[in-house]
Amino acid sequence: MSSDIHALSGAYALDALDADERAEFERHLVGCDACRTEVDSLREAAAELGHLIEATPPAGLRERVLADAAVVRPLPPAIAAVDRRRRRRPLTALIAAAAAVLLVGGGVAWHPWDRSSEPTTVTAADRVLHAPDTQRTGTVTLPHGGSVTVYRSVSLDKAAVVVKDLPDLPDGEVYQMWLQDSRGAMAPAGIVGKGVATARMVLDGPASAAVGAGMTVEPAGGSSQPTSAPVALLSFTDA
Amino acid sequence: MNHLRPVPDGAPEPGAPSAPDLGDLLRRSARGDQTAFAAVYDAVAPKVYGLALRVLRDPAQAEEVAQEVLLEIWRTASHFRAERGSPLAWMLTITHRRAVDRVRAAESATRRDVAYGHRNQSVSHDATAEAAHASLDARRVRGALDALTPVQREAVQLAYLGGYTHTEVASMLDLPVGTAKTRIRDGLIRLRDTMGVGTRDEL
Repeated sequence: MSSDIHALSGAYALDALDADERAEFERHLVGCDACRTEVDSLREAAAELGHLIEATPPAGLRERVLADAAVVRPLPPAIAAVDRRRRRRPLTALIAAAAAVLLVGGGVAWHPWDRSSEPTTVTAADRVLHAPDTQRTGTVTLPHGGSVTVYRSVSLDKAAVVVKDLPDLPDGEVYQMWLQDSRGAMAPAGIVGKGVATARMVLDGPASAAVGAGMTVEPAGGSSQPTSAPVALLSFTDA
Repeated sequence: MNHLRPVPDGAPEPGAPSAPDLGDLLRRSARGDQTAFAAVYDAVAPKVYGLALRVLRDPAQAEEVAQEVLLEIWRTASHFRAERGSPLAWMLTITHRRAVDRVRAAESATRRDVAYGHRNQSVSHDATAEAAHASLDARRVRGALDALTPVQREAVQLAYLGGYTHTEVASMLDLPVGTAKTRIRDGLIRLRDTMGVGTRDEL
């Protein structure tokens, strides 16, 4: 490959590439031992900067993390999983449905040295649901069954949705969530994982200024703005 | 009379009971040992939270990211590979990626004030209030940062501590587009070599 792309190793090690460059460099990394070794070594250097910025964690964090750990099973070593990466999708959906684990577009956990893990946002939705200032919209029943409820915490600047018994959609269609601002504009807030019927998910994007949330059916992959009438509209203002 | 030798502040003496072996604690965590994980937490939580706070700035979000990251460390401890690097680098890499992704997602809606960030990101050495506990490690890192050129130092700090892309860094430092990534790489290489970390075989 050109020497140009090797020069991205430092910026990659510091997460200083934009999404397109990151994807391009990760494709390059697969075949470039020299860059992988260099990235690893530069991450060691960056981690040293951690000595300069230690901060005392908030009270209660330790207890929450250890309580979370007590109910989350550590993953097995990734040895065999890597070869089966292609078959992961149904497994992911199954786990998500069974454990009501969050699956949001863009919210996929990232592992520096291993790609074979599933998303791990186990507690973020719960935090939004149980914040001291959490507001809850009414529960909307969808035209073909299933229900949607949205929670929002202004202090966390986050909203979360609880979906129950969502009907399956035809191939090529997904449920997408939106946050609506006071001018009526809808911002994409995440896609419900295909095959997920019942789940709790944190919505993408800041939520403190939103006046409501919506759900539409969109082409697979989601849309940047709604392309169909909402199947659910939920208001924070009378929440 | 004999003088007592002062003990270097915060630095374990060679051979003295020292920092816990994080690699070993991670291996035990992967087998479900919650006591080992609690020790991992105690060893790294200030760095994980500190890094998230530095990048995100908002304590509530930093706390949320730290909680997610620490749980992820517990969950994926079996994926740590010692031959790829140190446990701390593994954990802070996860932290940094998570914090940066959060910041960029939020940014599509709310632009951060670049000038504010810039002004406050420059870790001029005495301005690092969090580093007031002048540990030996911190002093060593500051010494290594001094070996960088000013542009390298700022570029590395804006990218790592500020969470900015190399394109944004170029603009903030008035560098031609494409130059900042070189400065970042050169700076990191110098930092690495000065501190003697991450060097393996051919490097």
